[in-house]
Amino acid sequence: MTDAVVVESLVKTFGTTRALDGLDLTVPEGSVLGLLGPNGAGKTTAVRVLSTLLVADSGRAEVCGVDVRRDPVRVRRLIGLTGQFAAIDDYLTGRENLVLFGRLFHLSRSAAAQRADELLERFELTDAASRIAKTYSGGMRRRLDIAASLIARPRVIFLDEPTTGLDPRSRLSMWDVIRDLVRDGTTMLLTTQYLEEADLLASSIAVIDAGHVIARGTSDELKASVGGTRLELVVDHAERLAIAADVLERVGDGPPSIEQSDRRVTVPVTSGAGVLAEVVRQLDGAGVGISDLAIRRPTLDDVFLGLTGHRAAEIEADPEPAVAGADHRDGGRS
Amino acid sequence: MTDLLEPAIDARRGNLLADSWLMTTRLLKQIVRVPDLLVFSTIQPIMFVLLFRYVFGGAIVVGPHGGYVQYLMPGIFVQTLLFNGAATGIGMADDLQKGLVDRFRSMPIARSALLVGRSISDLIRALLVFAIMLIVGVLTGFRFGDGWGGAIGGTLLMFGFAFAFSWIGIMIGLVVKTVEAAQSAGFIWLFPLTFASSAFVRTDTMPSWLRGFADHNPVTVVVNSVRRLYLSPTNSREFGVPALGSQLLQALLWLAGVLLVFVPLSVRRFRRMSR
Repeated sequence: MTDAVVVESLVKTFGTTRALDGLDLTVPEGSVLGLLGPNGAGKTTAVRVLSTLLVADSGRAEVCGVDVRRDPVRVRRLIGLTGQFAAIDDYLTGRENLVLFGRLFHLSRSAAAQRADELLERFELTDAASRIAKTYSGGMRRRLDIAASLIARPRVIFLDEPTTGLDPRSRLSMWDVIRDLVRDGTTMLLTTQYLEEADLLASSIAVIDAGHVIARGTSDELKASVGGTRLELVVDHAERLAIAADVLERVGDGPPSIEQSDRRVTVPVTSGAGVLAEVVRQLDGAGVGISDLAIRRPTLDDVFLGLTGHRAAEIEADPEPAVAGADHRDGGRS
Repeated sequence: MTDLLEPAIDARRGNLLADSWLMTTRLLKQIVRVPDLLVFSTIQPIMFVLLFRYVFGGAIVVGPHGGYVQYLMPGIFVQTLLFNGAATGIGMADDLQKGLVDRFRSMPIARSALLVGRSISDLIRALLVFAIMLIVGVLTGFRFGDGWGGAIGGTLLMFGFAFAFSWIGIMIGLVVKTVEAAQSAGFIWLFPLTFASSAFVRTDTMPSWLRGFADHNPVTVVVNSVRRLYLSPTNSREFGVPALGSQLLQALLWLAGVLLVFVPLSVRRFRRMSR
């Protein structure tokens, strides 16, 4: 399979901050790479270099075999970019926005209009197509934003934290939208701070920290490295631990581990709430009292803790602030 | 491998003219969709006309036979167009802040179309604002006194001047990058420039230290040129407006100088975003 995106030893510094410090990535054609990392890890900088908005200090970056530094104009014809903030014109209607972007890609007037209607339909914006974008909800704005990046049927799509700042409902509908794209075989580079999101949408994941990749693999591989989803039970009396462990062994996916001092039993599980109900039923039947019972899913923090020994939140020196700010648009200078 | 290189659609290389026009029409739609902007950018100058014409006007002596409205309106026109031009920077900062500039820059378009389109659309908005102010002027007693040639020449000069100064606004917008900052930084320098000039009062009424500045202030030389072109020779003479030749020469030098400095600076600043 051909690699649609190739990044080799990419370096980009802003002042004294090394935002990218020898980044290596490949995204095979037709696959989705999740670029997972905390704020300031260099995710946005990587996307900005690949989408020709920033020029790297050294290293190589290619999109469909075209070097982003040597032939940026050609790269721009091949890519679609959705940044962290919906980049649409508030005073144009949804349809006008899409037609404008289509025309800027030099589609004919009728082709641009046809493509706009197609995308509006697909992203369930047809009813709102004639309203100015200022009146759209956050989720609608994001959908229009993604639609805009698809105007020219790009070969590669860059999605930079597509669900940051969205309410849970909009996040779910955004995931549906992205999953549809994935099903169509779109090549995608998706950045996110959420392990769950990368897990759901990406075929493989690269974890980045301080401008370079510290781990890569499928989400299962990554989770395995931090222990996967676990069920944790704290019983009320230490003498019941053995019975509790028996129950958990039947329900869980592996051998339970017992911590005598905390009266805690932990077992790896795959399904969530169903297991919880089953465990409560069985413990009740066996006469085991519960002090605490919870499903623990590995988070970005766990992955980080497992990989680096420090928590994601401890990382400082933030060359790509999360707030909508001019600084990072300009690459964090000034 | 070759099929990967085929663009997904038949996308030609960015065409500056076509792309600029698309940008221009996008921004013109904004003017129509957000009429408040146009309303607020004309309410202030209208208040100025009423204030100076009817409140201060009686106390300001510009010539032996009065006629302050004749003196005032060229100053008001120039001031209004300058402020309109400064608003260009606010729009620029708005697009930057929203990430629209990033989106455009990631597309295969002529990047300077963003600057050119904005400049042209603001010129068109300036025409609208000027038309409104001209009507206000005529309603309050202003009359052209030097024929069609003078009226057209003076108007062209003002628009050229406003166009040149809008590039200062663009530069400010590119540097400050937020709407709020562009709003204050974009306008603050215009106040001393317009008030310490011949726009509202004769400079020979000012203390000598200020007069030195006022007489060579770009606003003064443009307003004086416009007066010479708009007003009857008698009017101009009575108001003590210097002869057209030297004023027009200085005005054109300012215009060219500002364009020569700020267009390349803005374009360079824009290109440097990818550093």
